[in-house]
Amino acid sequence: MARGLPKKAKLRDVDKIIAVSSAKGGVGKSTVAVNLALSLAMQQKRVGILDTDIFGPSIPKLLNLTGGEPNVTESNRLIPLSNYGVKAMSIGFLLPDQDSPVVWRGLMVMKALQQLLHDVEWGGLDVLVLDLPPGTGDVQLTITQQIVVDGAVIVSTPQDIALIDAVKGINMFKKVDVPVLGMVQNMSVFVCPNCNHETHIFGSQGVQREAARLGTEVLGSIPLHPSICTLSDAGTPVVVAEPDTANAMAYRAIADKIIHKLSI
Amino acid sequence: MATASDLPPSLSKIRHIVLVLSGKGGVGKSSITTQLALSLVQLGYSVGVLDIDLTGPSLPRMFGLESKKIHQSSQGWVPVYTDASKRLCVMSIGFLLKDRGDSVVWRGPKKSAMIRQFVRDVVWGELDYLLIDTPPGTSDEHISIAEQLRDANPDGAVLVTTPQAVATADVRKELSFCRKVGLDILGVVENMSGFLCPHCSECSHIFSKGGGEDLAKQYGVPFLGAVPIDPQFVLMIEEQHATASATTVGDQRPDVEGGTGFSLIEKYKECKLCPIFARITEQVVATTKDKVRQ
Repeated sequence: MARGLPKKAKLRDVDKIIAVSSAKGGVGKSTVAVNLALSLAMQQKRVGILDTDIFGPSIPKLLNLTGGEPNVTESNRLIPLSNYGVKAMSIGFLLPDQDSPVVWRGLMVMKALQQLLHDVEWGGLDVLVLDLPPGTGDVQLTITQQIVVDGAVIVSTPQDIALIDAVKGINMFKKVDVPVLGMVQNMSVFVCPNCNHETHIFGSQGVQREAARLGTEVLGSIPLHPSICTLSDAGTPVVVAEPDTANAMAYRAIADKIIHKLSI
Repeated sequence: MATASDLPPSLSKIRHIVLVLSGKGGVGKSSITTQLALSLVQLGYSVGVLDIDLTGPSLPRMFGLESKKIHQSSQGWVPVYTDASKRLCVMSIGFLLKDRGDSVVWRGPKKSAMIRQFVRDVVWGELDYLLIDTPPGTSDEHISIAEQLRDANPDGAVLVTTPQAVATADVRKELSFCRKVGLDILGVVENMSGFLCPHCSECSHIFSKGGGEDLAKQYGVPFLGAVPIDPQFVLMIEEQHATASATTVGDQRPDVEGGTGFSLIEKYKECKLCPIFARITEQVVATTKDKVRQ
């Protein structure tokens, strides 16, 4: 029997897999993942999004699918829920009530994650976007060891305290042989809706500096705009609600780059 | 009979233990922990800060202590003091990493073992307050610290959220977690609550508004206060790094170890958030004052 790490498998029916990660919490991974998935769907791709955050699943809220209960196929595989042309799966759909915490140790988290990875009937996808949780622990290890991830997109805000963790995330992907497609600078600048004055609330150019240092590309910069948050909370992400605004175009441009890089 | 004998000796001279939790990542737990610590020191208390976020340790950076290392003494690990006055000390896995980019990619059991060491094998000494900064979620780290502190009778937890629904949704879970493990909830802090444009003073609710206060009301816990976004605070933290790495000439202050001339404790007094935090801290002190641990 061969010794060593488990062999990475490709997911059945899924052509390419992208991981949206950051290691730092709260930089906008889920918001970026959802808007990217929607942008890819707008380019006529068959897209799925898998929420791998077991403790704080945000995808149901962002896609206006809270309270949704997935059915199973005859072979007991989960059928993803759909909205805005994107198929989605999250542990959020499988919890009895929204406020119940998932207080599990690593081993149980892994079992749940295995199901989400291998037992979902995606029905043929061009690309599956994985929304990763913060950190560099069990979830990230299991995903990168068990399945072939074609590329990772690292999201960060400009400040140092976020970049430290983003760099850890990049180093983690290098350790497990996952290609890093590039970085996304989120919450890059705040434009006052009243006077249009620009303030770099979380610092500026941090991501550009770090990307240059690490020899990786900056895929795009997304500004900090109150409407991105309000639309997300309402379950109508900006790419769907206001597709032609500068905010939405920022996400769509990143999606185009990814399509090109991975030949989707 | 109270199980005082099960109390880890390392914690025996600590008067109050407060956890800072959230459930959601990136709401500013470490930033709130840092400011709470600074405010408590300004009120004259001695404070220790324990960082149990093993994969994303932010505290060394927040306190400008990134270049420091932990020392081993005969009784255990010595925490890193911010200055010679020894009013404030920090323990974090960040001090054990060779390089700031080193990633800690560990599964649960290893993380739990590390947390156990941080609680039992650190020479905390005599402290008024031990603040514990946590990672997001409700997993190994949180279960471990709840177990480790079971015999230490912690005062409770401060929950941090930002106003928007995606954040409060996760914080609700953390509130339920606290109730499950019998941890008192000292109150909710709503962070990143509004931003004042420095040009026209218009207040923008970048991350929505009111979510934190609504959450506190819904769960019947105290609302400790709303903290706005202050770019000056971000800058102050970032500047520590710049000051520490530059060679300082003629700016050596005798009370600062390493002589960088930048005292965060002093600098924080000039920050706009300082008075806001003073009010939050006073409430925490008032609530914990009556809780006697030993």
